Amino acid sequence: MEATNLAVFWASVIAASILIYVILDGFDLGVGILFGFARDETNRLQILNTIAPFWDGNETWLVIVGASLFAAFPVVYTVFLGAFYIPVLLMLFGLIFRGIAFEFRQRTEHMRWLWNWGFFIGSTVAAFVQGAAIGAMMRGIPVTNGHFAGHTFDWVRPFPILTGVGLVLGYALLGAGWIVYKSEGALRDWAYARIPWLVAGVFVVVGLAFTAAVTLDAGAVAQSNLQARGWGLAFPTMGVVALIGVIVGTRARRDAVPFYLTTVFFVASYLTLGVMFWPYIVPYSVTVANAASPDASLGFFFVGGIIVLPMILIYTMGVYRVFRGKRHRGYS
Amino acid sequence: MELDPVFLSRLQFAFVISFHIIFPAFTIGLGAWLATIEGARLVTGNPVYRRVFDFWLRIFALSFGMGVVTGVVMAFQFGTNWGVLAEKTGSIQGPLLGYESFTAFMLEASFFGVMLLGRNRVSPGFYFFACCMVSLGTMFSSFWILANNSWMQVPVGHTIVDGKIIPSDWWAIVTGPVMMVRWPHMLLAAFLTTGMCVASTGAWYVLRNVHRAEASVMLHWGLAFVAVVIPVQLFFGHLTGLYVLKQQPAKFAAIEARWKNEQPASETLIGIPDSKAEKNLYAISIPKLGSMIASGNWTAPEVGLESFPREDRPPVVIPFFGFRVMVGMGLLMLGISWLGNLLRFRGRLETTRWFLWGTFLAFPSGFIAILSGWYTAEVGRQPWVVYGILRTKDAVTPSLVAGDVLFSLTGYVLVYAVFVAFGTYYIYKLLREGPTGAATAIPNATPNRPMAFADDAASATGSGRR
Repeated sequence: MEATNLAVFWASVIAASILIYVILDGFDLGVGILFGFARDETNRLQILNTIAPFWDGNETWLVIVGASLFAAFPVVYTVFLGAFYIPVLLMLFGLIFRGIAFEFRQRTEHMRWLWNWGFFIGSTVAAFVQGAAIGAMMRGIPVTNGHFAGHTFDWVRPFPILTGVGLVLGYALLGAGWIVYKSEGALRDWAYARIPWLVAGVFVVVGLAFTAAVTLDAGAVAQSNLQARGWGLAFPTMGVVALIGVIVGTRARRDAVPFYLTTVFFVASYLTLGVMFWPYIVPYSVTVANAASPDASLGFFFVGGIIVLPMILIYTMGVYRVFRGKRHRGYS
Repeated sequence: MELDPVFLSRLQFAFVISFHIIFPAFTIGLGAWLATIEGARLVTGNPVYRRVFDFWLRIFALSFGMGVVTGVVMAFQFGTNWGVLAEKTGSIQGPLLGYESFTAFMLEASFFGVMLLGRNRVSPGFYFFACCMVSLGTMFSSFWILANNSWMQVPVGHTIVDGKIIPSDWWAIVTGPVMMVRWPHMLLAAFLTTGMCVASTGAWYVLRNVHRAEASVMLHWGLAFVAVVIPVQLFFGHLTGLYVLKQQPAKFAAIEARWKNEQPASETLIGIPDSKAEKNLYAISIPKLGSMIASGNWTAPEVGLESFPREDRPPVVIPFFGFRVMVGMGLLMLGISWLGNLLRFRGRLETTRWFLWGTFLAFPSGFIAILSGWYTAEVGRQPWVVYGILRTKDAVTPSLVAGDVLFSLTGYVLVYAVFVAFGTYYIYKLLREGPTGAATAIPNATPNRPMAFADDAASATGSGRR
């Protein structure tokens, strides 16, 4: 069965939205993870200010992914949310706490410790379960009759836990790059000092996961299309090169380099997963073609998509433009 | 009742949606109220209106933010707990709910920003226009939710091919006759809810003798608005009842707690439905009135629950009481608003303290009416999730076990207890302080972060704190 044009359109929109989400919310979740290691209140405030105008809008893309999946690929929506019932729950709690901690911590002096922990733990948990979900997907998700056919805790395995830790480190690296990009002085030095360690951590954990996927855990790479698509190995290579670039940029103290090259690393990792999974939308059981809603639904939703998505994109870029540079309003 | 995934999932959905609905309902009403008061300011130039506007704008922002956060949870509920529903009806519900998200984002990305940040950057006329667009946007957002729910109540505009539901007529789906009754009913409910809150806030200030100029505006406008709108709402409520009678007779019988077929039918005003014995205890009934209410004459036969197979009957207790609480709140609003206007014409509104106390204490009447009305509609639709097409017990995600849902439900209760308690506390604090000073846009704020607007510039991000 071939996917219709509308199905391919929505699959592309969703794929792009996931990538945008991972990078945008990735850096502010990463900042939230690093926030847990901040020294004092001044330090914490400066860290928060680097993401203050952005974080909530970044979360928008997650809802776009959820809404578009439900509209265009209801089977995928149900399989994923069924398979990742607990991770999704933990992610929502993490995101709620992250969000309210951000808005509420300034309104109370003696409860601030609670919101500080809420911000750090919320960010870390959200990052971890997203990574674990990727790991579980690489192992494959069993589906019968359009529904998840496994168990609630299938994602609690060494491999998904490894990828979960990997994403926490990856987001932290992205966050450190963002702080460097958006700050000066002591805070920037503080973030710079963390980058080499995070790069090493990402390299070891993601490398270990990749090796495990190839050798130990037959479920992951053996089933995927990476072996058949040798050209796809260009992407992991690109990822390694980007990580080396992050180190080089850090040594040279080029403020924009760590963030942008970590972004390149994320894009490369994402494309690697894409090569492994395509044409499956639920690895390795449901394809784009057989998950798609009827064209009558995709077409109806298309009208909204081509109006709203560019608007949100332009708006997002507008916000980043208004608050560009290191000393955006309110930062001190 | 045993703890199975279906029951727990229903409980969880009821819990998260009950906490969600109060914020958007309040926001829809506030959007319209802000547009109105800004329009009045534009015409009269009265600075009191400006202060009233700035005050309610902060509450609007906070409430909008709470609605967004609780709404994100809703975006995942269908998939996590109602997998079969989502998979079977996703072709229709998916696009409708997707459009709702899109509408909300479009709003955030456009006029909402102007409203929160643009007071000094755009002309007064355009600012007013932005307020109107935000108000329209919130209403439009509810349009999709009601279109979706109306389709679940009375499915139209689809065909079933090989067991798959395929939309065949979107126009029928979004503008079905049921939708055209229920959407106005919901909108008016939101307006009335906010109207009562505005009036009650005004009454509170008058009682405490603070912010008298602003309090007068809130009290007078709120009561006048409710007085005019409540009869219209009762009329739409009546129309809603007619569709239920015609399309969902079992729900109608449950609301009336009518167990047996009757001719002429009596009307049970109040009583305790006993589902086991299939009769009402301590009932106060009026003979023949039931026929009059349902069919418009004193002799018509009305169907009772006995006409439906046991497996097709909805529960009775919740629809019966839910409906009566809703109507009771409506009558309360009618009484307060009409009496208030009577006092107003006699010039005694702001000196009649017992009435001000009554108005103040009636602030949750709209919220109670909305929740009990929704409980009536949703529980009355049981045992179906999509009426006549899919039963609730067959709609739950097959891989779920009771322990999962018990865990998630407990989690939601704990997290919401903290989150909603703090959010409501901040709204309460703002209301208690009242309209002091102008709302200032804080540094780092964007329309994506509406909750940041609720506080003053110095404390929202801590930018002013050294």
